[in-house]
This record gives sequence, structure tokens and C-alpha cells, in this order.
Amino acid sequence: MPRNVLVVGELNDGAPSATTRELLGAACGIAASGEVGVVLLGAGASAAAPACAGATRAYTSDDAEYDAFRGDQWLRAIVAALDLGDADLVLIAQSTAGRELGPRLAQRRGTAVAMDCTQVVDDGGTWRATRPAYGGNAIATYTFATRPAIATVRPKSFAAVEGDGPATITALPGAGESRTRIVSREPAAAEGLRLEDARVVVSGGRGLGAADGFALLQQLVDTIGRDRAVLGASRAAVDLGWCAQSMQVGLTGRVVAPDLYIAVGISGASQHMSGCSGARTIIAINRDADASIMDFARYGVIGDYKQIVPELIAALRGG
Amino acid sequence: MHLVVCAKQIPDPETPASAFRIDAATNRVVPAPGLPLVLSQFDGIAAEAALRIKEGGTGHKITVISLGEEQAAAAIKQVLAMGADEGVLLRDAAFEDGDSHTTATALAAAIRKLGDVDVVCCGRQAADWDMGQVGLILAELLDWPVAPLAQSVEAVAGGVRVRRGVGDGFETIETSTPAVVTVSNELGTPRYPRLPQIMAAAKKPIVTWGATDLGLDPAKLGAAGRRLVLERLALPTKGGNVRLIEGDTPAEQAAALVAQLRADRVL
Repeated sequence: MPRNVLVVGELNDGAPSATTRELLGAACGIAASGEVGVVLLGAGASAAAPACAGATRAYTSDDAEYDAFRGDQWLRAIVAALDLGDADLVLIAQSTAGRELGPRLAQRRGTAVAMDCTQVVDDGGTWRATRPAYGGNAIATYTFATRPAIATVRPKSFAAVEGDGPATITALPGAGESRTRIVSREPAAAEGLRLEDARVVVSGGRGLGAADGFALLQQLVDTIGRDRAVLGASRAAVDLGWCAQSMQVGLTGRVVAPDLYIAVGISGASQHMSGCSGARTIIAINRDADASIMDFARYGVIGDYKQIVPELIAALRGG
Repeated sequence: MHLVVCAKQIPDPETPASAFRIDAATNRVVPAPGLPLVLSQFDGIAAEAALRIKEGGTGHKITVISLGEEQAAAAIKQVLAMGADEGVLLRDAAFEDGDSHTTATALAAAIRKLGDVDVVCCGRQAADWDMGQVGLILAELLDWPVAPLAQSVEAVAGGVRVRRGVGDGFETIETSTPAVVTVSNELGTPRYPRLPQIMAAAKKPIVTWGATDLGLDPAKLGAAGRRLVLERLALPTKGGNVRLIEGDTPAEQAAALVAQLRADRVL
């Protein structure tokens, strides 16, 4: 049965973000012959709309006031788009913006949101959303007592689709006032590859023993190649102050799905695995053969990483 | 300034996966024997944020609120021992088996009843369900501005200033008060109460309020009022087919691993 799905998009350098394209892919699978709407806000939004493959309709505002995300401004725009269409389901990325928008939008529309979903299905009129809970120790499935159903979706849970962009573009109002004042913004030094884009991620955890363990892991990254490999970390390593928070992979950090994930001195807490279980191959380098990471890894190397990683670097260089 | 900390008591998230059990009939987690319920870690960090504000000035007061059963008083006492001043336990059969919306409804009514609240500090999410909704819905219900995912919180004239992570960078934002702040783990480790503080906390007042005290309709609370319905809670399936890379020396292990990855065409 056709369903109308509204996707709350995000722009990244003037183009729909990778997660926005994944949400549109998910929406196409769900909508059948229904409408797939996409909301795009900020400078260049209407120019980016045609790149929203899978959408039948776009709701855009090019007001640059939307560029620095402020929840109250975005909520008014999304509510305006919902008033124009008739959505059965709203999909939002589990991003910094989406974490705020999901619950606030649900409350404004008198409905509910399921956060950080990995699956959303329409079961003959019943929306079912599936998501990890208890840090990934459990999988919870929810239904909705109210409409529209809203889900924030974990990045890399769905595939993007190819095809045409929206046939219709409807203008949304400008941003208007905000109760949040942005005092300053500090973009992180944009050096090299983003964690989400890397084909190989080398992550360190508490088992490194000290911050300088990351210097050794960086050598491994350099050996594999900075054009395809990048450093990551567990929350324990971040909380110990050994590395930048921007490197954190996991439930409260970034979600990656590389070809190869090398976990060094990481025990495999569920909240960390929530951020990397989409990797095609996971290698665990750990002293403890019984660590939970071994439940997720394809290959385990048991021993002292300080001895194994230099040999790994040598073996990679040698071949 | 009157600060409120919202605190939730949960099964210990450090419970090893091997001891994690679910009762399929009730869709509830079975607490591991011998492991006590704990204060959700992010709520401890929210308490730390409130305490730093309290210590940064004079005349500040902290009230800690928890919604739960009688045992949730332990979570309240922990935040009192950290340095909060008063506790409120929201306890009523009508609150049970609700969702984020019904929980926020009860918390909002309690905050209105307190009357003079300036800042509410919530953890960014509870470490059991990981939804991260209650603080945001609370802000909507109160119609207060919200500063989510704070890595630091300061009181400024007429408002709060919050530094938070956004995408690949950081931003510093300000909102007027009253406001809700949700606090992230980067703020720092919550302080550990010492014995004299734990003793002193035993003397601090904790009041218990139910739905009637809050003037709330039980039909809109708990299981009767929920909008999001948990249908099934299950254990995830795991790979569990790890292959250990053999070798008598680290060099042999490394060589075997690289050979395997090349055979798999991963490298």
C-alpha cells in the first residue's frame, strides 16, 4: 500500500549528505507508490534538491540562517513541510541535528519517535522500528500508537538509490528568530580523510595502556596509506584523554562501516561495537582471547600490541 | 539559581554480555544476580555539570528528581551525596511502563510544582535504552530553550553558555534561562562521594510525589499514555566465529595475518 514518507535531509558542502541519500533509499523501499518528500534547509538547498535521488517532492529554503543548525528554526520548517504534505512516516538521520529534532518534532506533533533505528518496516499499516538497546546488548522492536511514526536512522543502515530527483520543489519560509545564540564555532582542523569515508579504520582502546600507543597506530595507518586509512578510538580512550573526541567510534560517537576495522586493545563493549559492527572485516588485536571483541571479530591476534603492530607494519611494508 | 538534575536508576551497563538476560514474556531485562541497580552514567555527569555551576557562585541550589520505584531513592541519595541539596522521588503505579513522553510529562509537572527552576540538567541519554529523548521532550513541554549534548556548561547573566560538539567541530551557544541542558560524557568524570558526604546526604530531605500531587491524569501516564510501544526485546545474534591467527612469535602472527588479508583481498 502506498505510504507517504518525509525525509529530513542535511546538506554537506552544498550536496545532500551521505546519510540523507541513505534515508531516501530507505524511504523509496517503504513508500511503494507513495510520495517521498525531502526537506532541505540552508544556502544552496534548492540547487541541491535535484541530487535527492528517490524523492518525488522537495521542500526547500535557501535561507543561509539555516546553515548553522538551530533546533527551533529547523523544527518550524519541518512542521511547515508536514502541514503541506501528509506523511505517514518521518525519517531523520541519527546525527547531531537529528538527535535533537526527533524527540522535539515528535512532541510538537503529538506523536512518538524511535531513535537510532537500524530497520523500519510497514507491516500492513503497523509501523515497526527496530533498534539496539542496552548499549547493543539487546535489540528492541517498537510499534507506534500515534501518527505519523517518526524514526531517526543510524547512518550506514540503508543503501542509497540511483534515479531521478524530485519533480516538484515547494518553498519553505525563512528561518526567523532563534532562542539559541551561537557565540562561536570552531571547525575541527579538516585534515585528511573522514572516519566515515575511510576504507580502513585502526582504532585504539583502553588496552593501549597510554596515549602514546596512538602514535604506533598512526604508523600503521601511514603504512596502509593515509588516502584510505584513518585512526579511531573507543570511548574509554577518549575519556582517559588519550585522543580527540572526534575520533570516537560508537553509540555516542561516530558510526563507521569500513572494509577493514582493526581494533587494538579494545574489549568490545556493546556501545563501541554499535559504531563499527557494519565493518566487512574486523580484526581484534588483544591480550585477552576471551574479550568480547572476539565475538564480533573475523580474525583475532592474541598478544601484546606493542610487539604485534610493529611486526604488522614490517610485514605490510615487506609485501 | 535553582538547578534540577534528572536522574534515572538502571541495570548496570557494565554487566558482561554473558550475564545479560531478557525475560521474553515481559520484554524486560532480568537484573544480573548480585549486581545492584546504578545511577545512569550520563545522569551522574549531568549532576557534575550542575555541581560545577553551584560551586562557581553563591546562592545556587540543586534539586535531584528521579522517576522510579522505591529503590530509585538510592540514585537520588547518590546525587545528594555528590552535593545536591534536596531530592524528589516521583513514584506512582500510574507512572510504570511508560515511554519517554510520559516520563517527561511527569518530570515537567514536578518542575512546574517546584516553581522557581532556572536550569534542568539531564544526561544526554539513559545508558539502558539509549533513546536520548526525555530532556528534549521536557524542554518542549515546558516551552523552554534546550542546549543538547553539552561538553561544558556555565552560568552567564540571564542564561547558560554551553560548548558542544557538532559534526566535525565544536560550537559555543547561549540561551536564556529557564532552560534545559543535556550533558554528554566529554564534560568529565562525576565526582565520587566520600563517606562524610554520604552520611550527610542521609539527612537531606527527599519528598515523594505521585500523579495526584502533580495534578496529572493517570490515563495520560505510564502504559496508558505511551505513544511508543515496546513490542519485543531480544538478544542480538553474534558472529562468534573468530579465527585466531596462529604463530610462535609476533612476527609470525603478523605475517600470517597479512597473508590472510591479502588472500581475502581486504588489503
